Amino acid sequence: MFKQSFIAVAATLAIGAAQAGAPEKPECIAPAKPGGGFDLTCKLAQGALSEGKFIDAPMRVTYMPGGIGAVAYNTVIANRPDESGTIVAFSGGSLLNLSIGKFGKYGVDDVKWLAAVGADYGAIIVRADSPYKDLKELVAALKADPTKVVFGAGGSVGSQDWLKSALVAKEAGVNYRNMRYVAFEGGGEAMTALLGGHVQAYSGDASEVAAHLKGGKVRALAILSDERLPGELASVPTAKEQGLPVAWAIIRGYYMGPKVSAEDYQWWVGTFDQMLDTPEFAKLREAQGLFPFKLTGDKLDAFVKERVKSYAGLAAEFGMIAQ
Amino acid sequence: METITHLMEGFAVAGTPTNLAIAAIGAFLGTVIGLLPGLGPINGVAILLPIAYAMKLPPESALILLAAVYAGCEVGGRISAILINVPGDAGAVMTTMDGYPMARKGLAGPALSLSAFASFSGSMVAVVGIVLFAPLLAEWALAFGPAEYFALMVLALSCLGGLVGDSLVKAMVCVLLGLMLSTVGIDSNSGVYRYTFDLLHLADGIPFIVVVIGLFAVSELMLMLENAHSGAAPVSLSGRLMFNAQEFALAKWTMLRCSVTGFFVGVLPGAGASIASAMCYASERRMAGKDHCFGEGDPRGVAAPEAANNASAYGSLIPMLTLGVPGSGTTAVMIGALTLYNITPGPTLFQDQPVVVWGLIASLAIASVMLLAMNIPLIRVFVKFLAIPNWLLVPGVAAISLVGVYAVHGTTFDLILGTLLGGVGYLLRVMNFPMAPFILGFVLGDMMEQNLRRALSISNGELDILFSSPVSIGLWIGALAMLVGPRVAAALRSRHAGEPQPV
Repeated sequence: MFKQSFIAVAATLAIGAAQAGAPEKPECIAPAKPGGGFDLTCKLAQGALSEGKFIDAPMRVTYMPGGIGAVAYNTVIANRPDESGTIVAFSGGSLLNLSIGKFGKYGVDDVKWLAAVGADYGAIIVRADSPYKDLKELVAALKADPTKVVFGAGGSVGSQDWLKSALVAKEAGVNYRNMRYVAFEGGGEAMTALLGGHVQAYSGDASEVAAHLKGGKVRALAILSDERLPGELASVPTAKEQGLPVAWAIIRGYYMGPKVSAEDYQWWVGTFDQMLDTPEFAKLREAQGLFPFKLTGDKLDAFVKERVKSYAGLAAEFGMIAQ
Repeated sequence: METITHLMEGFAVAGTPTNLAIAAIGAFLGTVIGLLPGLGPINGVAILLPIAYAMKLPPESALILLAAVYAGCEVGGRISAILINVPGDAGAVMTTMDGYPMARKGLAGPALSLSAFASFSGSMVAVVGIVLFAPLLAEWALAFGPAEYFALMVLALSCLGGLVGDSLVKAMVCVLLGLMLSTVGIDSNSGVYRYTFDLLHLADGIPFIVVVIGLFAVSELMLMLENAHSGAAPVSLSGRLMFNAQEFALAKWTMLRCSVTGFFVGVLPGAGASIASAMCYASERRMAGKDHCFGEGDPRGVAAPEAANNASAYGSLIPMLTLGVPGSGTTAVMIGALTLYNITPGPTLFQDQPVVVWGLIASLAIASVMLLAMNIPLIRVFVKFLAIPNWLLVPGVAAISLVGVYAVHGTTFDLILGTLLGGVGYLLRVMNFPMAPFILGFVLGDMMEQNLRRALSISNGELDILFSSPVSIGLWIGALAMLVGPRVAAALRSRHAGEPQPV
């Protein structure tokens, strides 16, 4: 998670020179406790905006934990809808929860979507001494006996991490109800359990994998992206290449309150547009393990709405809609 | 030999004037942050991380700063526990049990100095442990899966049976209340919201700090209101600031044992300072036999949790340095810090970044010495707090704590919740229910439940998994011994006395 937010920070870092109209009290709300992915997303904005001198006053990072972003979403809409200096971090996980009704009474149209600044992709990881050499072997083993392959990841049943496992299980013809899945508190715990042999496969994120691959203790069976990823992960095949149409992207970005004026919103969109193209930003984004993913303003708005709709369909298929 | 060379290099890194100054600043800030009940090491590290990055500190200096803050917080948490009976952080909950009674007896100075020394000994044992055994221990930590963690939590809770004051039943009621509160919020297994009454503010559960402030600070305030006209007896200070040879002799083995236990518990990624200090306190109380005044101001009761929580904090760096997985919430933030510097913690860190790793280890030792040197003279200052009348001090602390809660979470909901919990705490305390088991039940409850359910989702509901490894069997035997041991011992004693025993 935090690597994804790092990307976002990097994104912010890349912004160019400060312009007229910069808000006076820039603030990024990380809708979680300090140290998680949202925190890193905010730090990416904080770093990139000030390094590129897009804003004069340093951006504050504040924390508003609760319901994977639900508390912040509701607070911003209800109590702070017109703060021109405030941006709030979101992730693919926020969109998933939004689509299954876990964000309370508000919907996807109730905020202004500002910018997506980076993305991470799902990855299926096993221990280095695992008998499964590629995703097909894992799927074959699942098909033969679903109880032999226990998945673990850092999210609850119904979360993105769980969905990644469920999508792989579906390819093996295993119903998600029969899949064995263990929910850990964050990716770190799940990785520990994988290394300790307590679970057999980890449906984590690509950004987490690179470091562990270097250590030689784990093997990545597949990256859940459409194309191969650059850098250290270039040698890991996608699930698609192995004949399994499973892809999962986790985007990272920011939204703003619904009553922020059109000028202020445009100022932010313009600033992010500039910043995201700078090499400094790319560096910061990469430092967080995030891959390029740039969408701002209306394009992001359309993308988010499409995503929320397709997540809702997926959620219905996997029995995830909250009662 | 190679280790010694590396360590020397580490001291060379940590010993530069800049890094020494950074360690001193970090240790001081950490003490202050730890002392404030609203703020803990996670907040301290999270606040300082962007500052360190913005100041363009090199990675080893940034890490030294964060580690010194972390160490400082574990030392600082004891101060408010001893002086005003409000633990400054989770690791200091047990310190209230004997620290506050000692302060009431006029022994605040010795309590503070002895606990500072205990912290120091915990730190030093842990540093030696990291230097000698880090890679080995990493393997040990991996052996702990969900089933083993569950057994460990059972062991920790069964220890609680021994640390209760006058009534086992009351303590168990409080543990259960704590366990119940811990089930509020999003269930991290199924993702279902439990007992949230459609309040989004309860979605992540009740924050630890809100429970502490409510149960300890707000309820203290209410008790004080009740006694206002009678007036609490003023504390007459003994005037002694340092512990004496007798107190040290009593506590020295306690410190050593708890330093070692704390370190091993800290290495486990799922267990932390609160478990370590509770287990140590309980086992020390058991071991003391009849000749003790635990719960009424026994020096060992202060030394045990403080040695354990520092050792455990340092121990939690091992999984971070060797496996790249966080050993505690605070180390999770530190991993974030390393990532910012494009350093990836993990199995290759010792080879790739020896300067950072060994500089960090050496600076932990240096920061511990600084903390000791800093805290002993400061005791004179802290003890003066007791001269502030309680009717001024406790509201002041409650106010500062509530501001801290508000600063971290930014909602008034937590303040209301803290006040409500304070009311509950007041009623319980009036009836002599102990608060420490409540808070420990709350802290352990969530981990215990989640690990049990993780274990059962691995085995699809088969209970065998809970007893399937040597580690978990050992832990179950330990828990059984903790529960049954004292009864058996008592039975044997009375049999010796010639009385017939009912079977």
